[in-house]
Amino acid sequence: MDKKTITLVAFVAVIIVVMLYALSGDDEIGSGSGEAHVDGLQIQSWTGKRGNRVYYVHAPELPMVDIRVVFNAGSARDGDKPGLAAMTNLLLDHGAGEWNTDQIVERFDEVGAQFSTAAYRDMAVLKLRSLTEKDWLTSALQTMQVILQKPRFEDSELQRERQRVLVALKNQQESPSDIAEKAFYRGLYGQHPYAIPTLGTTKSISDLSLADIVAFYNRYYVAKNAIVVIVGAVDKSQAKAIADQLMSDLPEGEPASDLPEVDAVEKAVTIREQHPSTQTTILVGQPGKNRSDPDYFTLYVGNHILGGSGFGSRVVTEIREKRGLAYSSYTYFSPMQRKGPFVMGLQTKNEQAQQALEVLMSTLKTFIEDGPTEEELISAKKNITGGFALRLDSNNDITEYVAMIGFYDLPLDYLKTFNQHIEEVTVDQIKDAFKRRVDPDSMVTVLVGDFSSED
Amino acid sequence: MSLSYHLSANECEDTNMRSLIFILIVFLPPIASAEQRVHEYLLDNGMKLLVKQDHRAPIVVTQIWYKVGASYEYNGITGISHVLEHMMFKGTGKLGPGEFSKVIKEHGGRENAFTGRDYTAYFQILEKSRLPIALELEADRMRNLTLPEDEFIKEIEVVKEERRMRTEDNPRSLTYEQFNATAYNNNPYKNPIIGWMNDLDHLTIADLRHWYDQWYAPNNATLVIAGDVDPEEVYNLTKKHFAAIPKRTIAALKPRDEAPQLGPRRVVVRAPAKVPYVLMGYKAPVLKTAAEKWEPYALEMLASVLSASRSSRFSKILVRDKQIAIDASAGYNMHSMYDEMFMVDATPAPGKTVEEVEQALREQLNRLKTEKVSDAELERIKAQVIANDVYEKDSVFYQAMALGILETVGLGWPKVDEYLENIKAVTPEQVQQVAQKYLVDDHLVVAILEPQKDAKTPRRKPSVSVPTRH
Repeated sequence: MDKKTITLVAFVAVIIVVMLYALSGDDEIGSGSGEAHVDGLQIQSWTGKRGNRVYYVHAPELPMVDIRVVFNAGSARDGDKPGLAAMTNLLLDHGAGEWNTDQIVERFDEVGAQFSTAAYRDMAVLKLRSLTEKDWLTSALQTMQVILQKPRFEDSELQRERQRVLVALKNQQESPSDIAEKAFYRGLYGQHPYAIPTLGTTKSISDLSLADIVAFYNRYYVAKNAIVVIVGAVDKSQAKAIADQLMSDLPEGEPASDLPEVDAVEKAVTIREQHPSTQTTILVGQPGKNRSDPDYFTLYVGNHILGGSGFGSRVVTEIREKRGLAYSSYTYFSPMQRKGPFVMGLQTKNEQAQQALEVLMSTLKTFIEDGPTEEELISAKKNITGGFALRLDSNNDITEYVAMIGFYDLPLDYLKTFNQHIEEVTVDQIKDAFKRRVDPDSMVTVLVGDFSSED
Repeated sequence: MSLSYHLSANECEDTNMRSLIFILIVFLPPIASAEQRVHEYLLDNGMKLLVKQDHRAPIVVTQIWYKVGASYEYNGITGISHVLEHMMFKGTGKLGPGEFSKVIKEHGGRENAFTGRDYTAYFQILEKSRLPIALELEADRMRNLTLPEDEFIKEIEVVKEERRMRTEDNPRSLTYEQFNATAYNNNPYKNPIIGWMNDLDHLTIADLRHWYDQWYAPNNATLVIAGDVDPEEVYNLTKKHFAAIPKRTIAALKPRDEAPQLGPRRVVVRAPAKVPYVLMGYKAPVLKTAAEKWEPYALEMLASVLSASRSSRFSKILVRDKQIAIDASAGYNMHSMYDEMFMVDATPAPGKTVEEVEQALREQLNRLKTEKVSDAELERIKAQVIANDVYEKDSVFYQAMALGILETVGLGWPKVDEYLENIKAVTPEQVQQVAQKYLVDDHLVVAILEPQKDAKTPRRKPSVSVPTRH
C-alpha cells in the first residue's frame, strides 16, 4: 500500500515477463505534467462527523465506486505481540453483528461487491469495490459498516485463523525471499517496531488471545485514527453520507501515537541463512527515508538512476545487462511513517553470490562518490515526468494514491506539484544527499542460500 | 494469474494465503465491450489491428501479439520462445542492445513482454501522443533483430537465473512443472514455458535466429491498441509503420493433440518444502476444442461454484467448516489452444494428511455429479460476473489483453462479447453434466508435494554455461 501495486488479473496461463518491474522497485509515482487529466483530478477532503478525514475523487465514467478505510493500525503497533495487528484486521469480517462469516461473504458476493482487508507495517486497510446500482451499493455498504463497527471476534474464528496463519508462516520458510526479508528487517530495525514481521511469529501467533485482539481493535479502530477514501461515480453529497455511515458508530477515540524514530545502523552487519536453494538471495540496505523527508525527491530521482527504473539503471546494467548475473536486480526506498528501508537486492546462483555482491557494492560506492551524470539526470526526469498520465489511468490507481496522500498527510496538491519537485533536482543535490544519507560502510547484508559447498 | 509490474516489495507482506493454482490459472471472464466497440483492420501484409477506445485518461496501451509460445516448441528447444522474447530487447540494425527500453523510458513509458503457452506479447504504455514511437520500434524489431551472439551468451544466463528463481527454488512451482510433465504425453503443454534447464544449457544463437525467422512476421501478429485514441488515426499510423513489412510463409503447426489418457496418473515431488500440497487435474475441453460450445462455460461455472470467492464451497466447507485445508481452489482456463486441465489444489490444515485432503476434494467434486447446484449459488456467481464486467473496464491494459489472447489462440476477439451471455445461460443441469462427463478418474492427474527434511540442493550435472559457438 505504501507503494503502488498494479495487479492485472488475467485469464491466462503462466506469464513470464522479461523483467519484473515488480522487483525494480520504482517506489514512487510520477505526476503532474500538466495534462488535462492531472488538472482534472480534484481531490476533495473534509473532516467527517466523527473526526475522521475523508478524501474523495469524483470519477463518473464507470458505474462503480472504490472505498478504502485506512487505520494507523499496522504491525508497527503490535508491541510485544507480533502478528496482533494482522490478526485483528483478518478477523474483522469473520463474523460481525448478526452475521457469521458465511453470511458476510455471501452478502458481498450476491451484490457483486469485492471486499478485502489487509495489514502492513504502517496501515490496516479495509477495501470495498462495488457497483453504484443503488440496492447493491446500499447492501455492500451496510455489510462493510457492520464489519467496521461490530466485529464479533469469536474464539472459534480465532482458533481456525490461527492455524491458517501458522501454516502460512511455515510456508514462508520455504521461500528464500521471505526468509531474507525477515532477516533484513530484523537487522535493519533491531528494537524498533518496524522489525516486527507483519504476520507474526509461530510463538506469538500461538499466544495471541481474544482479549489482545479486542483491546487492539478498541484502541486503534477509532474514527480519529482512520481516513476514508472514496473514488467513483458518486457525487459529493453521496460521498459525505457514505463516509459518515461507515464511521457512524465508531468511537471518535484518539489518533495513534507517533512511532519512535529509527536509529541508524552503527556498523556493517552480515546475516547468512543456510537454505537448500540453487540461488543465493541477497538484500543489502539500511534505514532510508520517511514520507515527509526533506531529501525525499532528491533521493527518489537518485534511486531511479541507481537501480529504481529497471533496464538502463546502474544496478541493472552492471548486474544483468553487462554480466548476466541475475534476472532481477533493483534498488528502492520504501518511505513510511518513519524511515522505511533503502534496499538493494538480487538473486543469483550460489557460486557467484560473492561476485554479484561485490558488483552491487561497487556500483553503489561509485554512485555515491561520483553521483549521476547530467545525461542520466535528464533522462530520468523525462521518464518520471513524461509518465505521469500512466500512473493515474484507472480508478484503482487513483484510489491507491489518494489513500497514500491521505494516510501520510501529504499536501492535496502533491500530485500536481510532483513533477515540479522532480524538475528542481540537480546532480549536485543527488550527490550530496546520497553522501549524507547512504553509508556503504554500515550496511545490513543478508544472504540466504546454500553455503554447504563453501569451506 | 497476476502480472504485476510494480509490485511493492515489502510493505506488502499480507495475510493472503491463496495457493499456487491462483497464480497459475484463474477464473475470470474477459471483458465485454458493449458501449465501445472494437475496431478491426487488416493490413495487406496480413497483420491484424484491433483498436479499443477508452478516453478516461490520456494514455495509450500498445500490445503486439505473436502466434508463438511454449506450445509451438518441441523437445530439445523448450523455452526458446521465452528466450527469444528476452533477445527482442537486444538490438536491431537501428538500435543497440537495451536502446529500445531506453527510448521508451525517455518518453515516460513503461514496457515489457510476456510469454505464455500459446503466445508471446510485447507492450508499451505511453502518454497518448507518443504512440508513433511505440509503433516505429515494434515495426523495427518485427524484422530487423540482430540477435548478437555476445548478448545471447549473457542473456541465456539471465534466463537460467530466472528459472532458478521461479522454479528450482520454489517447491510449488516444481510440483506444478512435474504435474504438467505427468499430465501430458505428446502434447507440448507438458513442457514448462521457461524451458527445461538442460534445453536452456544447449540452446544456440542459431536456434534463435531460426525461431525468429519462422514466426516473426506481420501475418503472424495482432496489434492491439487501447486507450485515448482515434481508430482511423491509429490505422493510418499502423499502415505507415508496418505496411512495408512483407508477408512471410508461416509453416502450419502439427496438431499434436494429446493421446487419450487411459487411467489415473500420480506423481510425488520431494523437495525442500515445509508444507505439503496437493494438486489435481482432469483433462477437459476448452472453447477451441469443445464439441458442445456451452461446455467450457459450464466448466467455468463449475470452478466458480467451488472457488470463485470466499462464499464458494471449498472455502466454506473445506476451509471454514471441516477445517481440513487452510486453502483450496479450483481453476480452469477456457482460452487455450489445446485441451486443458480442470485443476483443483489445496494445502492441508495442521494435523491433516494429503490423503485426507485429496479425499475431501474428491467428495466435493462427486457431490457436483450427484446433486444439482442451488439456484442461490448460481445467482451469486452471476452477480459477480456482471459486476466484474464493469470492474474490468477500469484497466485499459486488461481490456487490450483480453482481445489479444482471444485473437492469438484462434478464437477471434468477438468472443469477448459472448462471455457474459454464455455464462448467464449456464443451468444447474449443465454444471452437473460437465461434472459427470469430465471429472472422471481415468482422466485424473494428481501431484503431491512431499516436504523433505534437511534436504540438500539436489545434485545436478554442472550446467554448460557457455553455449557452443558457431
